[in-house]
Amino acid sequence: MHIPDGFLSPPVFVSCWLIALGTLSYALKKTKEILKDKMVPLMGVMAAFIFAAQMLNFPVLGGTSGHLLGGVLAAITLGPYAGCVILTLVLGVQCFIFQDGGVTALGANIFNMAVVGTIFSYYLYIVFRKTLSPKKILVAVFISSWCSVVMSATFCALELAISGISPLKIVLPAMVFIHIFIGIGEAAITTSIISFLLKVRPDLIYYKENK
Amino acid sequence: MKNRDVLISILAASILAAFSFLASTYPDGLERLATDKNFLSQARVFFKSPIPDYLVCGIQNEKIATALAGIFGVLVIYFLGLALAKLLIHSK
Repeated sequence: MHIPDGFLSPPVFVSCWLIALGTLSYALKKTKEILKDKMVPLMGVMAAFIFAAQMLNFPVLGGTSGHLLGGVLAAITLGPYAGCVILTLVLGVQCFIFQDGGVTALGANIFNMAVVGTIFSYYLYIVFRKTLSPKKILVAVFISSWCSVVMSATFCALELAISGISPLKIVLPAMVFIHIFIGIGEAAITTSIISFLLKVRPDLIYYKENK
Repeated sequence: MKNRDVLISILAASILAAFSFLASTYPDGLERLATDKNFLSQARVFFKSPIPDYLVCGIQNEKIATALAGIFGVLVIYFLGLALAKLLIHSK
């Protein structure tokens, strides 16, 4: 759901840029605080992996495709703030090198995917972890990664509607409906990777060691 | 992460990205919506990127052009992520 240039009105994209930059500077500060030597290569590896995974579109329904967003995956391995920084890096490179997502819309794309899809979704994951039994960690991963995609799509729809490009009653149900299905792909991929990491490299899971 | 693990991970990510020409070519959720609701034509390009649409310019074969773009992207992002993390840890 990388928004191109031309879809968002100036008040919307400027507001999104301000929120994105504000959150990003806070995320950089927090990342600096928690960053340990062993996390350094992981930041590069996760960014590269999420970029690669975002190129792999899978068909959903009605001639539409989706791809991994990776926000919850990044947040569970690196923590919400380093995860946000990494997602922003991926979005920036996609925008400036591959013309995927607009330059004016980059702030909105960062807000939707690196803030809502990563930081907000991570705290949702923490809520699920606290309410579910510890054995059900993968259930918490599945639900929160599904929610991350649906929430990002919701904010994307709101931005489009406020920009006046299409009425809210059309754009919101349509965006949410298709992302309900794309979210299942996101949840399945994220849960498989976290389940694999918990078995072979549990030390790479952020939440566990910072409990 | 050990150097060997990093190398294997980056190799795996490069292979995934290189095979992205096998991925679905259907439009994504937003693009599909923009097409169906007739606002796709409002999309503009304000910044000409060097590798638009994940296709390296001047290569006739689209599969090769996409594979090269993918591998290039993986390497660029890995080194940028690493550099950023090193910058953050040294500025502590």
